[in-house]
Amino acid sequence: MLRFALTLLLFTLAFGVLSSSPVFSDLILAKVDRRIDLTSQIVRITTSLKVENAGSNPISEILLSFPENQAKHLAYLTATLNEGKGKGKASSGAGLPTEVVIPKDVPDSLTFYSVSLHKGLGKGESLLLDVLAVFTHALEPFPEKISQADIQLLLFQDTAHFLSPYKVMVQSVAVKLPEARVESYTKLEGTKLSGSELKYSPFHNIPPFSYLPIIIHFENNQPFAVAEELVREIEISHWGNVQVTEHYNLFHGGAKNKGEFSRLDYQARPYVRGASAFRRLVARLPPRAHSVYYRDEIGNISTSSLWGDSKKTELEIEPRYPLFGGWRTAFTIGYGLPLRDFLFESDGKRFLNFSFGSPINELVIDTLIVKVVLPEGSKDISASVPFPVKQWQETKFSHLDLVGRPVVVLEKNNVVPEHNEHFQVYYKFNSLSMLREPLMLIFGFFFLFVACIVYMHADLSISKSSASYLAKVQWEEVQATVQQIHNIISHCLTAHDKLEASLRDLSRTGDVQACKATRKSVDSLLKGVSKDLKPLVTFLQSSPQAAHILPKVEELIAKERDLQERLMAKHTTVVDCYEKKLGGREIENRIASNQQKITSLRQEVDDLMEFIDEI
Amino acid sequence: MAASDAPNGDVLIRNAFGSVLAFLILLLIGVLAFSIRLFSVIKYESVIHEFDPYFNYRVTQFLTKNGIYDFWNWFDDRTWYPLGRVIGGTVYPGLTLTAGTLYWFLHSLNIPLSVETVCVFTAPIFSAFASWATYLLTKEIKGVGAGLTAAALLAMVPSYISRSVAGSYDNEAVAIFALIFTFYLYIKTLNTGSLFYATLNSLSYFYMVCSWGGYTFIINLIPMHVLLCIVTGRYSSRLYIAYAPLVILGTLLAALVPVVGFNAVMTSEHFASFLVFIIIHVVALVYYIKGILSPKMFKVALALVVSIGLAVCCAMVAVIIALVASSPTKGWSGRSLSLLDPTYASKYIPIIASVSEHQPPTWPSYFMDINVLAFLIPAGIIACFSPLSDASLFAVLYIVLSVYFSGVMVRLMLVLAPAACILSGIALSQAFDVFTRSIKFQLPSLSDHSHIDARDASSENVVLDDTIKTDKNEDTPKERMTKRSKKKEKEPVEKPPTKFQIKKRLSVLPFEASIIAVILLVLLVAFYVVHCVWAAAEAYSAPSIVLTSHSNDGLHVFDDFREAYAWLSHNTDVDDKVASWWDYGYQTTAMANRTVIVDNNTWNNTHIATVGTAMSSPEKAAWEIFHSLDVKYVLVVFGGLVGYPSDDINKFLWMVRIGGGVFPHIKEPDYLRDGQYRIDSMATPTMLNCLMYKLSYYRFVETDGKAFDRVRRTEIGKKYFKLTHFEEVFTTHHWMVRIYKLKPPKNRIRGKNKKSKSKTSSTTTSKRKGTRRNPF
Repeated sequence: MLRFALTLLLFTLAFGVLSSSPVFSDLILAKVDRRIDLTSQIVRITTSLKVENAGSNPISEILLSFPENQAKHLAYLTATLNEGKGKGKASSGAGLPTEVVIPKDVPDSLTFYSVSLHKGLGKGESLLLDVLAVFTHALEPFPEKISQADIQLLLFQDTAHFLSPYKVMVQSVAVKLPEARVESYTKLEGTKLSGSELKYSPFHNIPPFSYLPIIIHFENNQPFAVAEELVREIEISHWGNVQVTEHYNLFHGGAKNKGEFSRLDYQARPYVRGASAFRRLVARLPPRAHSVYYRDEIGNISTSSLWGDSKKTELEIEPRYPLFGGWRTAFTIGYGLPLRDFLFESDGKRFLNFSFGSPINELVIDTLIVKVVLPEGSKDISASVPFPVKQWQETKFSHLDLVGRPVVVLEKNNVVPEHNEHFQVYYKFNSLSMLREPLMLIFGFFFLFVACIVYMHADLSISKSSASYLAKVQWEEVQATVQQIHNIISHCLTAHDKLEASLRDLSRTGDVQACKATRKSVDSLLKGVSKDLKPLVTFLQSSPQAAHILPKVEELIAKERDLQERLMAKHTTVVDCYEKKLGGREIENRIASNQQKITSLRQEVDDLMEFIDEI
Repeated sequence: MAASDAPNGDVLIRNAFGSVLAFLILLLIGVLAFSIRLFSVIKYESVIHEFDPYFNYRVTQFLTKNGIYDFWNWFDDRTWYPLGRVIGGTVYPGLTLTAGTLYWFLHSLNIPLSVETVCVFTAPIFSAFASWATYLLTKEIKGVGAGLTAAALLAMVPSYISRSVAGSYDNEAVAIFALIFTFYLYIKTLNTGSLFYATLNSLSYFYMVCSWGGYTFIINLIPMHVLLCIVTGRYSSRLYIAYAPLVILGTLLAALVPVVGFNAVMTSEHFASFLVFIIIHVVALVYYIKGILSPKMFKVALALVVSIGLAVCCAMVAVIIALVASSPTKGWSGRSLSLLDPTYASKYIPIIASVSEHQPPTWPSYFMDINVLAFLIPAGIIACFSPLSDASLFAVLYIVLSVYFSGVMVRLMLVLAPAACILSGIALSQAFDVFTRSIKFQLPSLSDHSHIDARDASSENVVLDDTIKTDKNEDTPKERMTKRSKKKEKEPVEKPPTKFQIKKRLSVLPFEASIIAVILLVLLVAFYVVHCVWAAAEAYSAPSIVLTSHSNDGLHVFDDFREAYAWLSHNTDVDDKVASWWDYGYQTTAMANRTVIVDNNTWNNTHIATVGTAMSSPEKAAWEIFHSLDVKYVLVVFGGLVGYPSDDINKFLWMVRIGGGVFPHIKEPDYLRDGQYRIDSMATPTMLNCLMYKLSYYRFVETDGKAFDRVRRTEIGKKYFKLTHFEEVFTTHHWMVRIYKLKPPKNRIRGKNKKSKSKTSSTTTSKRKGTRRNPF
C-alpha cells in the first residue's frame, strides 16, 4: 500500500520534472541546508536557503514547494530573512508573509507557497532565507498495531533532494532521530549514521523538481498526544478575572494497541512493558493562575499536581489511565487568571491579549476552537490573529444575562505549539454595565419583599360574598370578641386580686376604712365590666360561628360572677369581723367554706381562661 | 378600658417578636440542614454517590435533554440487554421531575448550573424543606417550641443524613420531605377541618406517590389513625374531611403515576384505606342518624343496622379474601411481604435478601442512626398523652409503626427518623418548659423586677398590683407562711404567670434539681449534635465510588471505579455490551454509557440468574452464556490487592444462590467446603474453576509471589492458570476493577466442535432452558 503510493508519487513527479517550465529558473538556490527533527511526534524541517538571482529582473517572491503527502500535514510555515552571517542564529525577527499560490504549468501534486520579500532581489544579489515547516501526523507507525511490550516504530518519508522549482547547487540533509535505534533507512551514497543523527552527504547541481525518496524506519517512544478537538473558552469578567476552560478530546496517535493490557506487566516494568504509552502531560499555565481544576464528565480526576513561581504555573496532569496507542480520553482543565495581566486599553478600546494554542507541551491539535466570551454589553468587537483562522460570533447566556454575552469564535485546524502566539480581541465596554447584574438582584429581592408585604396586607379573596369568605370574616370577629372577653375577665381577676390584697393590708394595718374604700371602687369597676360584657356576649350568641365556644364563654362568665360574689361576701365578712374585733381563728372559721369554693372557682376560671386564650 | 388595650398591644408585639424569632430560627435550621450535608462535597467532590443515584442522574439528564414527553415514553435499550427497560413506566418520577424543574427554573434565569450540580444539591435542599415541614407538623401537634426543637433535631439526624448528603441523589431525598409534609397537611386538616388543606393533602400525597414506593406507609398509617380515632370515640366531621378526600383524590392521583397505575386499587397495600373509607362512612351515617333520632329510636335503628351491616361486611370481606387469595403472592409485593414477615425474603427471594439495606438492623445501628433520640422517644410518647389530642395520637401511632418497620429493614430506619425527631422534640421542649419554669418561679426577685420594669409604662394598675405583691412577697415571706395557709402564699407567686399565660397548675420542681436537669439536657443535646456532625463528616459522606485511606504518607485516593468506567466509555465501541454483577449496572450505563445485561433495578430475576450462572460456571460454559447474550466485555470488581471488602468474591455466594434459584445445575453446596465459603487451598474445585474466581485472580500470584488475598486474609487456592476464552483488556491502578474481553469464537473444526459439544452438553441445555424464557 505504502510502496504503491510512493511509486505513484514518483511517476507524477517524474512527469513534473519533464514538463518543468523555465519561468522559475531565474533564481538559483546556491546552498540548501535541511535539518529534519524527528525527535517528537511533530516533524520540524528547518531549511536555510541561499537564494541568488541569476536572471535580470528583480524578483520579489520566492516559491516553496511541498509534495502533496506533506502539504496536507503541513501545520505551520514561516520564512525569515537571515541577515547575519552566523548559521541561522540571527534571524530578522518578523517572518515574511507566505501564502498559497497555484502557479501555471506546474505538477498538480505539488503545493506552492510564495514568500514575498520586502524588497525585490536585484540581479546578482543573494539572500539567506530560513524556512521552518512543521508537520503533524507525518510519521506513520509501522507496524500499525503493536502489543503492550513492543516498542513503537515509525516510518518517515521525504525526499533527499530539496524539492524546489529552482535549481539547487549544493544541498545537505541531516535527520535527527530520538534514539539511536533505527530499524532501517534508505541508503544512498555517502549516507552516514552517527548516534541518533542521520546524514545524507551533500548533493550537487540538482535540477528543479527533482525528488529522491528516502524512508526512515526508526524507534520513537515519545508521547503521541493528539487532541482531536480542543475547545478553549476564555471568559472575561471585569470584576477582575479571566476564566479559562479547556475541553480536551485526546488520543494516542501512535501505533495502536493490539487489545490486551496487563496492569501487572505495566506496573512491574513500566518502561519495557508500555514504553509507547504515556501517563502524564505537562501544561505550562500563565503565572498567577488560580482555582485550577482538572476533571472529566464523571467527576474530579485526583491525579494531578501543580506548582508555580512568578514566571509560570506548571500543571502536571495524569489521565485516569495510561494512554496506549489508539486509546482515547477526554477531560477538562480550567483556571482563573488575574484580569490585569491580559486586558489592556488603547485609544478608547479594550483589548485582550492572550495566547492562542494549548498550554500542554508538544500537543498536536487537529481542531482548535477558541471562544472569547466578552462581558454583556460589549460593542465594536474585532479580533486580530497572526495567522489565518475561521472566525465568527456567537451569543452565550450565562449568569443572569438578559441579552447574552458576545462570543468571538476562532477555529483553526492542525495546530502545533508554534501557534502559541498572542492574539488580540478588541472591544468597547462601558464600566457601568458591570453594575447591571447586582442591581438586578437587588431590585429582584426588593420587589419580592414588596410583593410579600402587599400580599400580607391586601385582602386577595376572589369573592367577597362567598360563604367561606364570610365565614372567615365572622370567625375573625368572633376571635376578636373572645379576645376582648378574655381581656375583660382577666381585668376582673386583677380586681379580685386587689380585693385580696386589701384584705391582707387589713390584717396588717387594721385600716378598715381603706379596705372598705377599695371594696367600693372594685365593686363599681366590676359593675362597669359586666355592662361591657353584655354586648359582647349577645354578639357571640348571634354569631353561628361561635356556637362551639359560646357554652365555654358563658360558663366562664357565670363562674366569674360567682367568684366575684363570693369574694365580695368574703370581703364583707372579714371586714365585719375586723369591725367587731373578732380573733383571727374566728375569721378563718367564718370564711373557711367560702374560701374553699373561691379557690376551686378560681382554678376553674383559670382553666377556662386558658382554653379560651388558645382559640 | 384603656388598660385592656395596652396589654393587648404588648401581647401583639411579643407575638410579632416571637414569630420573627421563630422565622429566624427556622431559617438557621434550614441553613444547618443544608450545610451539614455538604461534608461530602468539601471532603471529596461534587459528585453523584453510590449506585441508584447514578441511575436517577442519568434519567434526569435524559429528561433535561429530551423533555418530559420523551421521558414518559423512554424505552432504554442500554440496559437489560436484550430486553430493555421502559423507564418512563417503571420509575418513580418525583425526584427526576423535581430536579428537572429546578434545572429548568435555573436556566430560565440564565444560571448555567449543570445537571450534575443540580442533582448533587437536590437532597440537601430538600432536607431543609423537610425540617421546615417537621416544624409545621410538630407545631400542629404540640406547639411552636416543640416544632422548633423537632425541626432542629431532624435537620441533623444521622439516619436522614445518610440518605441525603450532597450527591446522594436518591428517591428518599425528596420523599422524606413529601412524607412529613403529607402528614402535616393531614394533621392540619384534622385540626381545622378545612377542605382547602384536605385538597392540598391529596396533592402532597400525589407528590409522595411520585417520589417513592414508601407512599404505602402513608396510605396505611393514615387509615390506621382514622380507625383508632373512631374506636376511641374521637370521630368528628374534621376527621371525615381529613380522610375521605384523601382516599378519593389521592387514589385517583396515585393511579396517574405510571409506575403505580392500577396498583392503586388492585394491590392489598391499598386495601386498608378502602376498608377504613367504608367504615368512616358507616360511622358518619351513625352519627348523623344519632343526631336526628331520639335516643330510643336510635337504639332500635342501631340494632337493625348492625345486623344488616354485619351481613354486608361479611360478604365483602369474603369477596376481598377470595380476590386476594386468587393472586399468587396474595396480592402483596415481595418487599411488602417481607415487611410483615421478616423471614419471608430470605426464604423465598434471594435477590431481596442479598441487598444489605434490606436486612434487619442491629442494635448499634439504632444508636448510630438516631442516637439519643432513642432514649427521648418514650418521654415524647408520655408527653403526647398529656393531653391526648387527635394529633398527638397520630404521633404516637406513627412512632409505634415506624419502630416496627425499622426493625424489619435497615432502609426503613429512614421512616423512623422523622417520628423519632418529632417525639424527641416534644419531649425536649416539654422538659425544658418544666425546668425553666421551675427556675423562673424560684428566681422571683429577678424575674418579677424585670417584669415590672418592662411593663412599667404599659399599665399602671397592673404595676401597682405587682409591686404590692412582690413587696409583700419579699418583705414577709416567712411570716405569712406561718400566718396564712399555704394556698395564700402560693397565690401571689402565681400572679404574674396568669398574665403571661403560663400554666401554674403543674408542680414546681426544686430549684437545684431543675438547674441540674437543664444542664444535663443541654449536655445530652450537645452530645447528639457532636455525634451528628461526626456521622455527617465521617460515616456518611463517602461517595463510595471514590475511596480514600489515610496512611503514613498522607491521603491515598482509590479512584479505580471511575478509571474503569472512563476507560470503557472512551475505548470501547459505543454498542458493546458489558456484563457485570447487577450492582454495577447503573454506574456502567451512567458513567461508561455502555449497554449492560443487568442492573440495580432487578426486575427480571431470570436475567440476573443468567449472569449469576455465568459467573459461577466454568470458563467455557460462561463464555457460551455471555456469547449468547452478545456480551463483549466482562467487568469484575476485585478487592484482594488493596483490601476492598465489598468486591465480587464476597458477593459471589449470592450469585450462586440467585443463579441456582433459576438454573438448578448450579448448587450452592458445590461452592462450599463443609458449609464454609473459602477460596484458599481447601476450596472446592467447582469454586476454583468458576469464572468469577478466574477473572478475579488471573495473574494475581505474580504481584507478590504468594497470591495473598487481603480481604479474605488467606492465600488463594489456585494460583497459576490461564484463560482460554477471555483476555484481560484493562485492569485499574489498584486492581479493583478488571475488565476482560470475550475472545472471538474459534474457527470451527469439525472434530473439535463435536467433542466440545458433547462435553458441555449439560450446561448448554440448562442455559437453553433459561434463555427460552426470555424473548431472544
